Amino acid sequence: MQQLTNAPLYTEYHPRWYRPHVSVYWWLGQWRYLKFILRELSSVFVAAVIVMTLFQLRALRNGPEAYAHFQQRMQSPVIIAFAVISLFFVVFHSITWFNLTPRAMPVRLRGKRIPEWMVAAPNYALWAIVSFIISWLVLGGRG
Amino acid sequence: MDALMHDVLLVGGGGAGLRAAIAAAEVNRKLSIAVVSKVYPMRSHTVSAEGGAAGAVKPDDSLEEHAYDTISGGDWLCDQDAVEAFVKEAPLELLQLEHWGCPWSREPDGHIAVRAFGGMKKKRTWFAADKTGFHMLHTLFQTSLKYDPITRYDEWFVTKLLVDDGRVQGVVAIELMSGKIQAITAKAVILCTGGCGRVFPFTTNANIKNGDGMALAYRAGAPLKDMEFVQYHPTGLPFTGILITEAARAEGGYMLNKDGYRYLQDYNLGKPEPKPVLRSMELGPRDRLSQAFVHEERKGRTLETPYGSVVHLDLRHLGENVINTKLPFVRELCLKYQNIDPVKELIPVRPVAHYMMGGVSTDINGATPLAGLYAAGEAACVSINGANRLGSNSLPECLVFGARAGKAAAQFACEQSTANGKVAAQAEDERRRLENQFLRKAGGKERIATIRGEMQATVEKSAGIYRQEDFLLEAAGKLHDLQERFEDVALDDHSRTFNTELESALELGFMLDVAESIVQCALARRESRGAHQRTDYPARDDRNYLAHSLVFRNADGSSRVEYSPVTITRWPPGERIYGQQSAAKGEQAKTQEATFAQEKQAS
Amino acid sequence: MADTIILEIARYSPERDREPTFKSYEVPVHKDWVILDALNHVKDKVDGSLTYRWSCRMGICGSCGIMVNGEPKLGCATFLSSYAGTGNKVRVEALRYFPVVRDLVTELSDFLAKLKKVKPWLIPDNEPPLSEGEFLQTPEQLENYKQFAMCINCTLCYAACPVVGLDSTFVGPAAIALAQRYNKDSRDGGTQERTAVLAHPEGIWGCTFVGECTRVCPKHVDPAGAIQQYKVEAVLQWARTLILPWGQKKSQKTREEAGSAAAD
Repeated sequence: MQQLTNAPLYTEYHPRWYRPHVSVYWWLGQWRYLKFILRELSSVFVAAVIVMTLFQLRALRNGPEAYAHFQQRMQSPVIIAFAVISLFFVVFHSITWFNLTPRAMPVRLRGKRIPEWMVAAPNYALWAIVSFIISWLVLGGRG
Repeated sequence: MDALMHDVLLVGGGGAGLRAAIAAAEVNRKLSIAVVSKVYPMRSHTVSAEGGAAGAVKPDDSLEEHAYDTISGGDWLCDQDAVEAFVKEAPLELLQLEHWGCPWSREPDGHIAVRAFGGMKKKRTWFAADKTGFHMLHTLFQTSLKYDPITRYDEWFVTKLLVDDGRVQGVVAIELMSGKIQAITAKAVILCTGGCGRVFPFTTNANIKNGDGMALAYRAGAPLKDMEFVQYHPTGLPFTGILITEAARAEGGYMLNKDGYRYLQDYNLGKPEPKPVLRSMELGPRDRLSQAFVHEERKGRTLETPYGSVVHLDLRHLGENVINTKLPFVRELCLKYQNIDPVKELIPVRPVAHYMMGGVSTDINGATPLAGLYAAGEAACVSINGANRLGSNSLPECLVFGARAGKAAAQFACEQSTANGKVAAQAEDERRRLENQFLRKAGGKERIATIRGEMQATVEKSAGIYRQEDFLLEAAGKLHDLQERFEDVALDDHSRTFNTELESALELGFMLDVAESIVQCALARRESRGAHQRTDYPARDDRNYLAHSLVFRNADGSSRVEYSPVTITRWPPGERIYGQQSAAKGEQAKTQEATFAQEKQAS
Repeated sequence: MADTIILEIARYSPERDREPTFKSYEVPVHKDWVILDALNHVKDKVDGSLTYRWSCRMGICGSCGIMVNGEPKLGCATFLSSYAGTGNKVRVEALRYFPVVRDLVTELSDFLAKLKKVKPWLIPDNEPPLSEGEFLQTPEQLENYKQFAMCINCTLCYAACPVVGLDSTFVGPAAIALAQRYNKDSRDGGTQERTAVLAHPEGIWGCTFVGECTRVCPKHVDPAGAIQQYKVEAVLQWARTLILPWGQKKSQKTREEAGSAAAD
């Protein structure tokens, strides 16, 4: 923030407080802030995966020809790269979400607060179970 | 200079100050109340009190017993009418605080929990975990935000009381942020600035405890009362002054001198046993332990560290488990603030100045002899603590007398007309004095820290745990020299904005006045009573000295000490009994047993 | 351990400077010295104009918050020796995201206004006279809010929170944690009043759960947890007003709390 060059530096009994400017790149200053921004950005990739799935469903509905066309599009190297990055971000998103959940929901049993990992654990368990079931349906169904 | 005008002005925003402000606001909502504090109110030293606040509420307890414990603990120097009012109002004040949201610790059924505390024969100490003062102060501060009549002047440093027509008319204060020196007029002023621990080199007190209010009153012509009574705690860390609670000794800690020897056995405190024994060795009375330290120091058997001489508190034999379950706070304090692990290392300890029984002389309603001037809390001396304060009495003291002074000051203010304009001239004079003596001055060769260090060493040597005439006379002369050298102090900081060096210089000026009053009162009292122990007059002398010492400033700047009688209502002076003597007496021994069992559990 | 260490302290005097500059001071390293002791050493022996706040020296008054090597810390709880290895330099500045008055002293009037805004006092539904004794509160009920009552107002959380830095109207972690301290106090009935103030973008909804505030808090208050819990409750409160438009009474709230306590 620039000061007027002809404004006096100091008027008696009216000290000018120094107000440091916060840069638009504040989040690059610390890796924890960077991690936070990446966590927030991961929701973009989550949304992207959902959109891809919607396209997949639409292709399914439109018949085998449309679906084959869709599969072909999915095999382009750009889309594959994007899918891999999205997978990383979706996993990152889920892990950070599950780890933060206990903070927002303190659970008390018999007056004492349950340790955080005990609140996070069922989320992971459910994630593993659902993932297993879906993989079994999608991959096992072929055999 | 524009004057700011209020009806009631508080100097200091701690436990007593905030309670007084709220009380004044409740007398009359139309009053304009100012709280002028040199720090933000939640930084006040009330915040560091740990132990608890005494209030007789349980069915097995009574006001008479609380009063008797207080009076006998104070070695009969307490004004008994004040003590009676205090014990009656203490539970009500603590309850009021509960209604305002204070998170007192509770019994399983939801009622207030009380615990034992040293010197109290029954369990009557209310506590909020181990941070009672913190919770009380924050509750008071947050509650005070509700009251619109209260205007706060945060980080304004009061330098002088304005007195005219035999009446206090307000204060002169520096707004630290801008450096502007302003007069704030008021119809009544209440001093709640706390004690003066920083006059001593080893103290539990924070940096801000410089006896500001005491010096302000003294300079304005109000007397200070019982200044010779300074309470020491036997185990404090030498560098930071952090208190190591009695519980560490109650769990079985040993006190060792430099040869690793449990030296307390040499001082009629029993024989060293591997486990702690009530009333014996490390569980003896606090002042006997402090006195034993002084003897060891004189014999050269204490350790010399860069921070002064110490003995060691040995907790290593208790083991990590016991320390973590029974003494977690001790370990945390040592590790976090002085990098010492009690599990593996010896803790260096020494007696540290803790509380000032003396202060601005007030009556039972907080009024000083100077019209319009009131005082409450540690800054005041009513006196309910007499020659020695019992633990957990000082927090309720802030509340009870804060409320009383607030009410009295508000009623006084309602009856007064507005202050006259003559004070503007006084305020201008003060501004010029501050500028000439400190801010605009060129030259000067003394550094604040040097004079402060010498003052502290002088006071510790002469007015510490043991006093004697020649050291006191020497100290009086030395303090006089320091006062002269103080005139020659030079500041590095000539800025107006937030000049903490100027603040330190002014605080040093206050401390020099307070130090002088302590030394003069100690010199004049030729007996030993409570916390004032004269090696040349070791006995208590009720005939001549069952009286409060009042120290006044003369016109030429010197001081004079007078005496005023103690108010005795129901309890004639008796003997203050310690463990050893009562061992032979059957019934009394049982009561003492109970007392020391409670001291063992004391925080 | 090295014998001395260099402190680079941000100095700013509005009468002289337009912005802070760093000045280096060499101070001795002792095992039990904290940064605050080093600052005192400089002020007493080297340069009396060094300006900073401090009082209790034991982490309970909250005065001495500063930035040490880019991290918000209490000056009295940070040992010099822990920096003795890192190239022997320590950078000390005023707390981030606050206006600087002088050297290491920040301007706190905005923070105090935010504290007052959340109505941090007990608002009981009905207040019995003192003669009827205390409000009953079991140790379990005390546990519900005790953690949030431990805040010493040191403002380290404000220095850690990027939202505070970017949006000066954001009420901030400590203020919201303090509001929660009263909301969760079983004696209090003022939750709706406080939520009316806080259920806004500059209140709880301004928080994006960065979590730095909880990490730097010296008293383990967990303001981030307080805010997220408040978000959940605020949504539930809003849903209830939608479904039960005739209003939510405190008695209903205590019945719910008693119900959930019984279920525990």
